[in-house]
Amino acid sequence: MNWEILGIWLGAGLTLCLYSFLYRDNPFYKFAEHLFVGMSAAYWVIYSIENVLIPNWWQQMFPAGGGFNWVWIFPGIFALFMLARIIPKTAGLSRMALGMIIGTGAGLNMVSFFQTNAMAQVKGTIISVSSGGVWIIFSNILLVVGVVTGLVYFFFSKAHTGIVGKTANVGITILMIAFGASFGYTIMARISLLIGRCQFLLEDWLPTIPRLLGLGG
Amino acid sequence: MRLVIPLAITFVTGMIMVLHFFVPHQPIKLLGDNLQDWFMIVTAASIFLGALNLMHVHFRKIKLKLKNWKYSPVTLTGFMVMFIAGLIYGVTEAKPFDFMFMNMVAPMGSTMFSLLAFFVASAAFRAFRASNWRATLLLTSAFIVMLGQVPIGAMIWDKIPLAKVWLMTFPNTAGQRAVMIGAAMGVVSTSLRMIFGIERSYLGGTD
Repeated sequence: MNWEILGIWLGAGLTLCLYSFLYRDNPFYKFAEHLFVGMSAAYWVIYSIENVLIPNWWQQMFPAGGGFNWVWIFPGIFALFMLARIIPKTAGLSRMALGMIIGTGAGLNMVSFFQTNAMAQVKGTIISVSSGGVWIIFSNILLVVGVVTGLVYFFFSKAHTGIVGKTANVGITILMIAFGASFGYTIMARISLLIGRCQFLLEDWLPTIPRLLGLGG
Repeated sequence: MRLVIPLAITFVTGMIMVLHFFVPHQPIKLLGDNLQDWFMIVTAASIFLGALNLMHVHFRKIKLKLKNWKYSPVTLTGFMVMFIAGLIYGVTEAKPFDFMFMNMVAPMGSTMFSLLAFFVASAAFRAFRASNWRATLLLTSAFIVMLGQVPIGAMIWDKIPLAKVWLMTFPNTAGQRAVMIGAAMGVVSTSLRMIFGIERSYLGGTD
């Protein structure tokens, strides 16, 4: 059996099943959709075992040099508490695991988000608005004004009236341009995926048909 | 008591992680480093929980013959085949798990996301109707970025790709920065509320 051809046909068949949704919802689409959900779930479970549980838990608990590191029993217990949610009588135990995840995640994100998403962005906005040509100066001023007025728009503790309202109006104008640009960029990313799938069907799958029928190639 | 212990765990783990950032010395460093690994392990368990829940939902659908139950065996079979292949043969190249990922999961993932191109386009048709001048700005900005991404944009007018770069570099950066700074403030305040036990809806109620 030629595994390469089988792989191409599987990929092409499932691609066509999914694209059949463009006509309308149908059993072929539903089949591929359900298969995708099941296989993706299994992929993430195996990924977690191979890339998280084995290196970060099992190999820490039973090091290569031998011995047993008892501290690593605790995350195992928390993990079991999380799984206890599937049994109604023990579901309450999952709160312990949730508390641990939420606490660690909150502590980790609080400082990292503040550093990367707030401080780094503020630092990036502190730029010279007087150097370069006229166009650069205008663009830099627009950048600074855009960030400040955008932040004013997101500040809901004060009513958007008077000078605050006027500033927020400038902010929303800049935000609309930004959202438009992001929207256009997202559409093009999806289109490039579509082109990739069409190329696969035309350049990889279609040429296999004459080969299978013995028509050369 | 059923809330006190989880809230205490949240407080202690949250404070260790905050201290870990500001005090890079022992024993806080050791605790923080270990806690990050523990976090990944328990998060991996939550993926298991999700998979078990998926199995439960589909077995229940089959048992009660709920709507579209006939497709549930497809999900269950897909899950089991992929899972067993990964467990028995491993995930290295040219093994069944890798074959299924490369030829089934990855193409289906790309196709699903590319399908969104059609739905985004139809949503854009409705959203981009220039009902006011700000909607017109959004429409124009999106149109320039889309044209600037493809060769036909430069063929129409060679300044369109430059306009796209300018839009992405200045107005888009300004807008995204405002959103990012605002979101970071939200994350900080929500994290503080969680660590100090003010926000406790994740534990299933406010009692």
